[in-house]
Amino acid sequence: MLKAWPAEGATRVPYWVYQDADVYREEQRRIFHGPTWNYLCLEAELAEPGSFLTTFVGDMPVVVTRDPRIDGQGALHAFENRCAHRGALICMQARGRAERFNCIYHNWTYDHAGNLTNVAFGKGIAGKGGMPADAHPESQAPKKFRVEAIGGLVFGTLSSEAKALADYIGPQILPRLKRVMIKPVKVLGTYTQVLPNNWKLYMDNVKDTYHASLLHLFFTRFRINRLTQKGGVFVSDDGAHHCTYTERVEDRGDAYEAGGMRSAGSDTFKLEAPELLDQVDELGDNVSIQILSLFPGFVLHQIRNSLAARQVVPKGVDRTELHWTLFGFADDDEAMLRRRLLQANLVGPAGYISMEDGAATGFVQRGVAASPERASVIEMGGAHIGSGDSRITETAVRGLWKAWRSYMQI
Amino acid sequence: MEVTLQLAVEALHARYAHALDSDQLESWPELFTDKGKYRITTAENEARGLPLAVLYAEGRAMLGDRIASLRHANIYEPQRYRHIVSAVLVERESDRLVKSTANFLVVRTMENGESLLFATGRYLDRIALPDMKYDERVVVCDSRRFDTLLAIPL
Repeated sequence: MLKAWPAEGATRVPYWVYQDADVYREEQRRIFHGPTWNYLCLEAELAEPGSFLTTFVGDMPVVVTRDPRIDGQGALHAFENRCAHRGALICMQARGRAERFNCIYHNWTYDHAGNLTNVAFGKGIAGKGGMPADAHPESQAPKKFRVEAIGGLVFGTLSSEAKALADYIGPQILPRLKRVMIKPVKVLGTYTQVLPNNWKLYMDNVKDTYHASLLHLFFTRFRINRLTQKGGVFVSDDGAHHCTYTERVEDRGDAYEAGGMRSAGSDTFKLEAPELLDQVDELGDNVSIQILSLFPGFVLHQIRNSLAARQVVPKGVDRTELHWTLFGFADDDEAMLRRRLLQANLVGPAGYISMEDGAATGFVQRGVAASPERASVIEMGGAHIGSGDSRITETAVRGLWKAWRSYMQI
Repeated sequence: MEVTLQLAVEALHARYAHALDSDQLESWPELFTDKGKYRITTAENEARGLPLAVLYAEGRAMLGDRIASLRHANIYEPQRYRHIVSAVLVERESDRLVKSTANFLVVRTMENGESLLFATGRYLDRIALPDMKYDERVVVCDSRRFDTLLAIPL
C-alpha cells in the first residue's frame, strides 16, 4: 500500500520514495514498463546491419538490434532479453553482430525483432518426444518495445498508449535536444558509475539547478558556471523533462565572495594548464553548458565540448548504475578529438565538476535512513513548475515529482 | 634480465604507490616527466579501440592541477587507498626508454572502516631514462564500473 503525500504538495518530497520496496516495484510497472520512453543507446552503436547490444529498461534486461535484412537501413528493434521457454537470457554478450539469437539453455532461436523462430527438437525425433501440436510457447514470448530514434538517440517503450517520442519530449525540450544532436556522432568510450542511492536521487540532482555552483566548487573557482552568469531553465508542461543552460560570458560578479560562500573564488588557486577548458563554440550559440533530462532516466549533456548520454539504471532501492557514453561527431578533426578527451576530465566518476554528485546523493540516502516520514524542502522559487530565466530555483525538481506522482497515481 | 633496471623500475612503482597511499599527493606529479601523460581507462574501451579516458592528463602541469583541485575544490568523503603492485615486467627499448607492464589492485577504505576492492588492472608504462620518470602511464582497469567516485588517482 503506497503512502500519502505531504499536505504541502509540490514543495515537499517524502523520504519513503527513496526507501520503500513496494514503491520500487510499482515504479517498474507504472513508469519503466508504462507509457514512458526509455533511452536504449545511440544509433551509432548499431551502425551495422545485424548488430546488437544489451542494456536495461528499469530492471528488465533488453536486447537492442538493427535488422540485418535491409542493407544499412535496417529497422531498430528492442525486446526483452528473456527466453519464452524457461526465462534464461537470450543474449549474454554486451554487443556484437549476429545472424540470429540462440538461447544457450535449450537452443531456442529468435530473430532480430525478438520473434521465436525455432524450438529445438520441437517436433521430437523420429516421432518421439517434442511438444504437442497445440503447445503455444509464444504465449510467454519476450516483450517487445516500440522503438523510435531522434537525433541519433534511440528510445523504447513497452506501452502501446505512449505518445509518439517527439510529442512525449514536447515542444519546450525537443529543440534543446536537437540543438546538440546536429549530425552523425561517433562513440568515444563508455564507463559506469555505481551510485549508492535510489535512482530518483540522481534524477533530482540532475534537475537541481540550485546545487550546481554550490556543491561543485571547480565550477565556481574557475568561474565556469556561477548563478550570476546568464542562463535559464526549461521545463516541459508535464514537469517530466528539463533543460538548463549557461551562456559563455566572462563573469565579473562577486555575489559568491560578498556572501562569504564556501564556493567563492580564490585568487591563489589557478589552473596551471587552463587549455583543458578551451571551448570551441561548435554549436554556434555561445552556450557553454547545457544539461537536459528526459523522464524517467536519461540525461544529455554538453559541457563545453564534452558531449555525453547518461543512462540511469535502477539496481534496487538504494543502488543505481549510471552508464556514461561520451561521444563526438563523426567529422571531428584531431584537435576536436583531443579537446573532447581532455574535457572528459570534467565529467564521470573522476569528473572535476561531477564527481561530487555520487557522494551527495549517497549522503541523502544515508541521511534519511531513519526518517521515511520526513520530507525534503523544495521551495526555492516557491511552488512554481515551469520555465524561467533564473537557476536559483528548484522548479525542475518539482517538475520531476509532479510527473512521478502522475505516473504513480500518488 | 637486467637486474638493476628491474629493481629500479620496481622502486619507481613502489614510490608511486606510497605517494598515493600515504596522501603525499603533491609528490605524485614529480614521478612524471614534464610532458608525461597519464590516462585511466577500462579494458573494454581499450578492446574496442575507443580513446576515452576516465581521467586524462597531458604533462606535469595538468597532473598538478588534478591534485590542486582535489585539495582545494573537489569534495569527497575521507578515504585511503592501498595499492598492491605485482608481476612487474620490464623491457628496455633504448638507452632513453624502458617499457613496463605491471598488475595492480587497489583497496579503498573509508573513515567508517568499510573497505572495498575498488579497482584492479594493469599499468602500461613508458619510463624515461636516465631520470627514471614516467613518460606515460596508462591505467587499464579490468572493470568498467567505478564505485561512487574516483577522486585520488589510481
